[in-house]
Amino acid sequence: MSDILLIIFAISLLFMSIANRIFTYLNILIFQGFILFGVMLLTLTEINTVNLALILLETIVFKAIAVPLFLKNIVKRNKITREAEPFLPNFVSLIIVTLIIVVTIMLSSQIKDPNLDKTIFVVSLSNLFTGLYLIVSRKKIITHVIAYLVIENGVFILSLAVGNEMPMLVNLGIMLDIFASVLILGIFFNKIGDVLQDPDVTQLKNLKD
Amino acid sequence: MAILFLIATLLICVSLYFNKNTFVHYSLVVLYAVGLIFFGVYEYYHINEIEFQFFKPDALAVLMLLALVIVSLPAFYHAYRYMVTHDETQRSRGLFFATLIALIAAICMAYISNNLAVMWIFLELTTLSASALIYHHRNIRALEGVWKYVFICAISITFIYTGILFLSLAMKKAEIDTFTFDALMAHASELDPFWLKLAFLFIFTGFTAKMGLVPMYTAGIDAKDKAPAPAGALLSSILMNMGFVGIYRVYAIVSKTEIQPWASTILIISAILSIFVATVYMTRIKNIKRMFAYSSIEHMGIVILGLAVGGIGIYAAILHIFLHTFVKPSLFFQFNQVYRVYQSKSIYDMGHYFKYNKAGAVVLLLGFISATAMPPSGLFISEFLVFQSLFEAHRFIILAVVLILLTMIIWGFGSNIFKLLFTPSTGIDEKQVPRISSWDSVSQYALLALAVYFAYNPPSGVVELIQEAVKLIQ
Repeated sequence: MSDILLIIFAISLLFMSIANRIFTYLNILIFQGFILFGVMLLTLTEINTVNLALILLETIVFKAIAVPLFLKNIVKRNKITREAEPFLPNFVSLIIVTLIIVVTIMLSSQIKDPNLDKTIFVVSLSNLFTGLYLIVSRKKIITHVIAYLVIENGVFILSLAVGNEMPMLVNLGIMLDIFASVLILGIFFNKIGDVLQDPDVTQLKNLKD
Repeated sequence: MAILFLIATLLICVSLYFNKNTFVHYSLVVLYAVGLIFFGVYEYYHINEIEFQFFKPDALAVLMLLALVIVSLPAFYHAYRYMVTHDETQRSRGLFFATLIALIAAICMAYISNNLAVMWIFLELTTLSASALIYHHRNIRALEGVWKYVFICAISITFIYTGILFLSLAMKKAEIDTFTFDALMAHASELDPFWLKLAFLFIFTGFTAKMGLVPMYTAGIDAKDKAPAPAGALLSSILMNMGFVGIYRVYAIVSKTEIQPWASTILIISAILSIFVATVYMTRIKNIKRMFAYSSIEHMGIVILGLAVGGIGIYAAILHIFLHTFVKPSLFFQFNQVYRVYQSKSIYDMGHYFKYNKAGAVVLLLGFISATAMPPSGLFISEFLVFQSLFEAHRFIILAVVLILLTMIIWGFGSNIFKLLFTPSTGIDEKQVPRISSWDSVSQYALLALAVYFAYNPPSGVVELIQEAVKLIQ
């Protein structure tokens, strides 16, 4: 069951690569948050209940509800144009993301470690690289933030691979999440909206040599 | 003691933030400075004692802590001068000192933490406090600097976290369940090499953002440019040391396994690319403050080169980064006075600095000699040892490439500094130039002299600490 969820998770990446509107990205993010919730519930069967409840609460509150809604609010308030404005055509993006997934599958087939669930490995690494690709291929700051959240989701999945033995690592992942949400979104993105009318990465390119 | 220090820091930070009284502000900072000295001395006499399970000041940590204490004191003084000359509001002054103190405390804790996960948490805290320092001026350029810094550091932190996850996969085979460096070192040979490789790659890439190496050096440059000079001095010295401590500890684990040659190749590639990038920018850069920042990138490249080649190079690497901690802040501290004279960072607006501030001009000249590692600079000794280790390891091509690049860096650095010092300046209204007190340059002389002293006549305590730290790898 968790394998099916993880595969749906990977498919959502393909969908993200061809999405045109920022709201589509955010909806995919919400969708990913709910899938993460399901995967957590199915995989982390061996850790104590209080910790599990904390983890589940974090996934549902931060990843699936608060952060995407907050970003939606920012898009509306700052009147950011709805287009994602990629540097490359969607077709090329689709091919590149597919290639990323194929390469991670090939990489995982090299591993001969019985301890590792390969689906987790493939999905998390392809999330990580897709996120990096989205950062370099999109123009707006807000899409960069969304891509960073995609990377974080991928890393969070990876923490499941060792979650049952070391629940401490999953908690660290939650710390990373809260840190990023507070720093990048809470304090910071508000300021960008105040100073810049259209948060566009092209306006922030004065510091260079 | 570590916990006591943390609690005291937290209390001082909170009271700095909520209090608006000038006298209270400065007395709190002085109180913190005294506490910091006490903390450094305490850890020196309690070396290798585990505190509160997660902290263990080993030789490397104590050495870096020593450098941190020495550099922090003039940083507080220059921060005070900065506040006085810039007419800051009470609120922004409180926030500045609070974040400065938080940054120093987080770096201290990262040095002495004996657990990779704990170190990672303090790494996050340094990003948080550094970003507040960079955004001190609240304008669009500062916003751009802090945005880039925060974003790249957030990615770097995620990378380190991924590396920790891979490390935990490697640990499954060795059956250890803690991330303490001691346990990892003891069981290094039992770790799964494949996962260890991935872990090293990710953790190293993450730490490069703090240390200032290719691929993630970019964040640090804008940060040091936009942060007020006293904060920039700390960002380009003790914060970079923190990145070094992280890389050193992880490399120490890897060096006990069969993948050490592979890891050393990764380090060498990163080091040479860093020196190359520094060369490219330093030969054409016109912003003095950014030039100092790029000079740090070059030195970090040399440090990592020494670490990767091994032999005497490891000793040289630690000595080099220790001495660099004194040299680079003195240039950043002096930059503040330069900026007050010309009100600009561009080399085109500068000139005849000797005429306006003799003491400061001599600091810049000595700083140039020190930072380019010409004798009698202290960095000359350590750089020479790095080259000696390259020679002994028969890495002649790398040696030749690095020497050529360094020569170009000296040319780029020199042409800017000599323009600043000796050529006539254009368009400067001499009546507007404030009188700069010579006292503002005293701490820079002291730091530069310390760098020479530690290189040519090191106290036996420092030598023992470095040798003890080298033993982690050999």
